Amino acid sequence: MSTFRSIVFSSVIAGFIVGLIVTAVQQFSTVPLILRAEVYEKAAEHKHEASAPPQAILVHDHADHDHGAEAWEPKDGLERNLYTAGANILTAIGFALLLCGFLAVRSGATGEPISWHEGLMWGLAGFAVFTIAPGLGLPPELPGVPTAPLLSRQIWWTIAVLATAAGLGLIVFRRSMPAAIAGVVLIMLPHLIGAPELEHVETNVPSSLSHQFVVAVTLTSLVFWSLLGGLTSAAFAYFDRPASA
Amino acid sequence: MSQSQTAQAQHLPVATRQVGRLAQSLMAMTLGLFIVGVVGFSHIDVIHNAAHDVRHSNAFPCH
Repeated sequence: MSTFRSIVFSSVIAGFIVGLIVTAVQQFSTVPLILRAEVYEKAAEHKHEASAPPQAILVHDHADHDHGAEAWEPKDGLERNLYTAGANILTAIGFALLLCGFLAVRSGATGEPISWHEGLMWGLAGFAVFTIAPGLGLPPELPGVPTAPLLSRQIWWTIAVLATAAGLGLIVFRRSMPAAIAGVVLIMLPHLIGAPELEHVETNVPSSLSHQFVVAVTLTSLVFWSLLGGLTSAAFAYFDRPASA
Repeated sequence: MSQSQTAQAQHLPVATRQVGRLAQSLMAMTLGLFIVGVVGFSHIDVIHNAAHDVRHSNAFPCH
């Protein structure tokens, strides 16, 4: 089997399983908190709309994207959860492709298959790169909490991810003191520059709810990356056997 | 075919396979980034609304 097919097979299988499990975990961890926050968000919106003249709503920052009245959104309940499951599975397959591509290069370089345990370690590296690092500057946010403009946060998130991945890479693969120091500095750099944030944040979402959400997102993500690392590497070791090459 | 020729013949495909492996792995990684990009970062309303809870749950920048 070609390497590309082995990677895609492994990623689709692992991503499907992890996506389903994480959807179930989220029903107890993050989703109840999102739904509670949306009650505050909707209450604040109604108050805002009632007090603002019609033309003010049109120029309001949110009116042109996520809260636009005309944009389709899934109905609450089963439909919304099915879309969440689908998006979770796709996200897991996407990250699995990224992880498995890396594992394929690595096992190609060492000539050894990647064990599930080593895969778990790389999964944890993914957790550090994609959750911990960007989450330090941009903590997981509940709906209804005002934030800096979306594009600026997406750019900072991407920079934090790239810098952390490159920094960890320097530390792990270049076993020298200068490289290790450069790696640590690189990981710190986006945080020293600082994530985009609003000067004044006013929200009626309780801070205790926001705190619970940070913990719920981080733990759910830990489950996600641990499973993804272990399952993707186990599946890839199976499909990438020399006999099937 | 002499022994050294046999060794060479066995050697070359391995080297080409290594290059092929890198290219195929990079292709898979690009595909993965594309999928995560669309689900987690697209500004299109419909995609945002469908993946809303997943974006919040993964701490992707949202809203």
